[in-house]
Amino acid sequence: MQTLLEMRNITKTFPGVKALDDVNLKVQEGEIHALVGENGAGKSTLMKVLSGVYPKGSYEGEIHYDGQLAGFAGIADSEKLGIIIIHQELALVPLLSIAENLFIGNECAKGGVVNWPETFRKTEGLLKKVGLAEAPATQVGKLGVGKQQLVEIAKALSKDVRLLILDEPTAALSESDSSALLDLLLELKSQGVTSIVISHKLNEIRRIADTITVIRDGASVSTLDATTQEITEDHIVRDMVGRDMSHRYPERDRKAGDMLLEVRDWNVWHPEHQRQVIRDINFHVRAGEVVGIAGLMGAGRTELAMSLFGRSYGRNITGNVALRGQPIDTSTVAAAIKNGLAYVTEDRKELGLILEESIQRNITLANLGDVSSKGVINEAEETNVSERYRQAMNIRTPSVFQKVVNLSGGNQQKVVLSKWLFAGPEVLILDEPTRGIDVGAKFEIYGIINELSAQGKGVIMISSEMPELLGMSDRIYVMNQGGFVGELSAEEASQERIMSLIVTE
Amino acid sequence: MTDTTTQTKTTKSVASYLSSHLREYGLLFALIAIMVFFQVVTNGTLLKPVNITNLFLQNSYIIIMALGMLIVIVGGHIDLSVGSVMGFVGALAAVMIVNWDVPVSLTIIVCLLVGALIGAAQGYWVAYWKIPSFIVTLAGMLVFRGLSLWLLEGQSIGPFPKPFQLLSTGFIPDVFGVGRPNATALAVGIIAAAAIVWMGLRKRARNKAYGIEDEPAAFFVVRNVIVAGALLFVMYKLSTFRGLPNVLITMGVLTIIYAFLTEQTTIGRRIYALGGNEKAAKLSGIPTERLTFLTFVNMGLLAALAGLIFAARLNTATPKAGFAVELDVIAAVFIGGASMSGGVGKIVGAVVGAFIMGVMNNGMSIMGIGIDYQQVIKGLVLLAAVIFDVYNKQKQG
Repeated sequence: MQTLLEMRNITKTFPGVKALDDVNLKVQEGEIHALVGENGAGKSTLMKVLSGVYPKGSYEGEIHYDGQLAGFAGIADSEKLGIIIIHQELALVPLLSIAENLFIGNECAKGGVVNWPETFRKTEGLLKKVGLAEAPATQVGKLGVGKQQLVEIAKALSKDVRLLILDEPTAALSESDSSALLDLLLELKSQGVTSIVISHKLNEIRRIADTITVIRDGASVSTLDATTQEITEDHIVRDMVGRDMSHRYPERDRKAGDMLLEVRDWNVWHPEHQRQVIRDINFHVRAGEVVGIAGLMGAGRTELAMSLFGRSYGRNITGNVALRGQPIDTSTVAAAIKNGLAYVTEDRKELGLILEESIQRNITLANLGDVSSKGVINEAEETNVSERYRQAMNIRTPSVFQKVVNLSGGNQQKVVLSKWLFAGPEVLILDEPTRGIDVGAKFEIYGIINELSAQGKGVIMISSEMPELLGMSDRIYVMNQGGFVGELSAEEASQERIMSLIVTE
Repeated sequence: MTDTTTQTKTTKSVASYLSSHLREYGLLFALIAIMVFFQVVTNGTLLKPVNITNLFLQNSYIIIMALGMLIVIVGGHIDLSVGSVMGFVGALAAVMIVNWDVPVSLTIIVCLLVGALIGAAQGYWVAYWKIPSFIVTLAGMLVFRGLSLWLLEGQSIGPFPKPFQLLSTGFIPDVFGVGRPNATALAVGIIAAAAIVWMGLRKRARNKAYGIEDEPAAFFVVRNVIVAGALLFVMYKLSTFRGLPNVLITMGVLTIIYAFLTEQTTIGRRIYALGGNEKAAKLSGIPTERLTFLTFVNMGLLAALAGLIFAARLNTATPKAGFAVELDVIAAVFIGGASMSGGVGKIVGAVVGAFIMGVMNNGMSIMGIGIDYQQVIKGLVLLAAVIFDVYNKQKQG
């Protein structure tokens, strides 16, 4: 077998972060190569370097492709050589037909005039190859995710693919759709197409992969040959998470108090599709407890949080929520806030802040009642309140009249936290509270969480950073595909156990 | 040595203050500059008492609708139907009063309710069905233009009885009995000017107490002298003609109410939040749909009031009434500094914007500039104002 691709000593730096550090990847012609690692380990960054999303010169190291030193200025460059990447978020235009999507940017046309009969003929051939029995004129938006994935692969085939890269191809697929997709990959392999598959599902990897490369913290830690030896899932998991945990989390007295929040039989359906997103979830939070929810992207953690918080997500929501044993109304956001819930969103710019408004106006927004009488705002009181939070939270800013758009990520997050603390909740749901903020600010936010717990509030923490979950939580629920697949106490929890609960579903 | 450092420090802070508040001062100075310009080129006609009175009468309905439009635009939407709604309500009033002999007061109440109802009908689709306001109100614009033609059967209907005309052409009688100069107008001017200065001082003192006052003292004095001086000047001029027009009082009171509503109340704050980031507002427990709905109801109500005033001023309802007026209203709001994407804009800005348009219309008409050039110039002024905004924002960012 020949080496098709070799990436040597790839290093990619973003301002302040080394995303890839001396990564090596070697892919043989005609194999299926699996790339595994935790969220944020650097897999997607590596693939973006390969496909030219990060152009040559923006990284260090060499790419050898088909025996030649290569380097791409953009996606068009790499596609010319047959390197096609299919992203997790599908890049299809939902309102166009399958045929139009397959040849978008690559139309069968002469002088700008599309040859439709030719387009449809070719489309039929490609659809047959990927085993999709749909008419070429079918609108893509009407297909399920599994079929859309096949359209993407057909699109790749239309470009004479030699190296197919799939980023989490089965993340959103059902069991049977996933199985069909894996079969297709094996079929393509027999036709000589080389694939790189990024996946979290180790059982699937074991089924199809010839070689497995594990990436951790931006470095390639091991390359395992699955054709000559049996690779156990434990082995992969150990390589994926095997870092030593330092004390990056402030100490806290862990004492769980009385029962605070109880959620029973929570079920939620997707707002548009006929798909259940959250199934039969039961959990509780005690006073002073920090409860973590672990899971991969797409496991349904944010959907769970938002559906609890005033039914901001989903439909056909059923289940009961009780606070201190009393059932509470969470049917609207206003009711949820009134009954003691607060939700710090994952995406603070899109969902958490009014960027063009001042710190002060953002802090009081969820609880204007406390700084006004008869609907008239007392601005002096408002300034007092926000000034108090500025000091307590250590928001670094010249004044509370500063627009939040001018603050750093960490300070913006402190503004969001201030806003919700001012709303006076009993239970705070923190969704990725430290995403995109620097280490110092992270530590401060951990300190705030501990402070809340000391005050007897309940904290639910959703995080994709497992060390953070392990360092902060008293208890961890593990979530996968819309349901809880395990519950671990702080003592029994470890990255290995969480990972294996997820992957051995 | 120390002297020069403090000197540079103050000049620097003055400069930085000016650059960060360029928009607000710019608007005020633009209005003054435009007025001075037309005062000179019209040989003093612009600021004659009779012309000042006319300026208010001519622009009252635009200003009243600009108040509602500012709120709709801050909420992240637009209302293209206001001109047609205004025309329709004027027609309805004419039919009720002239053809059906309905009492004036009852007609006014019914017309205002109809306006609010029209706003509710449009707001319903925008707020609860998420249909783009551009489309809903474009439809409304056509529908109510058609309905006013139908109501009037293509004819003009008038004249109105005296009490109805007073809505627009009436003047506040001089309670002090001096006559000319009208002492009421003078008194109102003095009280209003004093109130503005007093409130400015109070706010300044409060900000100082919090250590957050950044406006240099000189700016504060100059700004207040200009505003209070202009107010007294206008009131004096009015007093030497027929005193305070009724619509000026209506306009003034509404402006104060809406400025208070948008700046001091929770509902106003929530509208800004809604326009600034609807999703974040919703996740903060703000009933975004209901608020959006209410902004349209309010707009309909104000469009109805504008329609009544306009009909009263012309003393007749014509099928043409309100034609293309929505464009003037929207232009006034944008000249006044509102942002198309929502969340930004002030009532006072919209009012000043409307006056800028009004003074230009009036001044160019006195100069005898044709309607063709007038349109071109107004269009360029609107574009310039928005470019100025965008440029400023980019420079800051």
